[in-house]
Amino acid sequence: MDMDTPAMTVAAEQVWAWLGEVPDPEIPVISVVDLGIVRAVAWDGDECVVTITPTYSGCPAMQVIAEAVTEALHAHGVEQVRLVNRLSPAWTTDWMSDAGKLALRSYGIAPPAQQAIDISGLHAGVKRRAGPVPTVACPNCGSQHTQLTSQFGSTPCKALYKCLDCREPFDYFKCN
Amino acid sequence: MDHKVDYLLRQGDNALILSQQLSQLCGKGPALEEDMALTNVALDLLGQTRMWLTYAGQLEGKSRNEDHLAFLRDAHEMRCCLIVEQPNGNYADTMVRQFYFDTWHYFLMLGLAASSDPRIAEIAEKSVKEVSYHLRRSGDLIVRMGDGSADSHAKTQAAADALWMYSGEMFLYDTTDEAMVEQGVAPAVDGLRAAFLAHVAEIFAEATLAMPPADAWMQRGGKQGRHSEHLGYILAEMQFLQRAYPGSEW
Repeated sequence: MDMDTPAMTVAAEQVWAWLGEVPDPEIPVISVVDLGIVRAVAWDGDECVVTITPTYSGCPAMQVIAEAVTEALHAHGVEQVRLVNRLSPAWTTDWMSDAGKLALRSYGIAPPAQQAIDISGLHAGVKRRAGPVPTVACPNCGSQHTQLTSQFGSTPCKALYKCLDCREPFDYFKCN
Repeated sequence: MDHKVDYLLRQGDNALILSQQLSQLCGKGPALEEDMALTNVALDLLGQTRMWLTYAGQLEGKSRNEDHLAFLRDAHEMRCCLIVEQPNGNYADTMVRQFYFDTWHYFLMLGLAASSDPRIAEIAEKSVKEVSYHLRRSGDLIVRMGDGSADSHAKTQAAADALWMYSGEMFLYDTTDEAMVEQGVAPAVDGLRAAFLAHVAEIFAEATLAMPPADAWMQRGGKQGRHSEHLGYILAEMQFLQRAYPGSEW
């Protein structure tokens, strides 16, 4: 690429493709696009505006993600990059792509097992024993015979499970 | 002080101080899973703190960012409710405090998600998903401890009784709260308190715990900056670095 010409003519689809190669810093098998963190890509003059949304409000990876996105675009010749943080609509695991879910499973993390609940349904969500508990399949042996060990895991987005058949403990990317 | 700035500081300070309290248990939880849960909840609350205090600082217009507001205000300037500064105590104390807080926090965030202030609404919309998870967990533990052994039942009942007097301040609306209700920013107190009492009653019944009387006298003052002695010690540790080495960065 001729570095003297502004990169503003690059199509948004191309930018999306580049961002599709930026890994999540905590779970590097899934890209920030597959995770649903990148919400929009647009041009403002010769400035590329990338809108991202946090997974959890305290997620320490967000700053690293913002830096990685900026660096990736710089590496492709986009000089002016602006990141916009958008809170609403709040991130949900429903935005995770099928490719992302497959990648998680083969990495040993069980992907979200059901559609996330929306706010209007949340009240039922704080009642104990509300509705059916989703079956989480073991990412190692595929068994549905698994048990929750801890509602929280190594990062805010995960819970801890164990498989009662192959006996392996595993992470579950919880619905949110 | 502007009512909305005051109101935002209250939200931020509640989350900030409870996050600091839970963080002090990092590495000291009664079990590994509990330890991780406490620090995860602390992290969520810290993230929420940043959103509230950033907005408070911007509205205030005195160039104070989230760090200024968290680390450079003294106890009388803090606007948190008294319940969040109560000591961690034993695990029943920690979890009852959490359960009372989560129950109120959850219903407040649901109300704020419909706020007339779009920025407040989106912060609440983000928070309520995390808070619902906190509340499911703390309710679960109250049932397990209350309806557990004779010892765990006794400790949980004692904590429920001792902390009850701090569970009402959130529902004692003052001019700041009333101004927010009038502007459609915050939910009215009646529905909020009814939802709180109903949820606590439901969980306590399942936990075989006796619910303290709803009309009991309640401690007050935190929202107006009149705090218990505990807050000074919490701030002393939390603010030490920025006080001793102003402007230092991680």
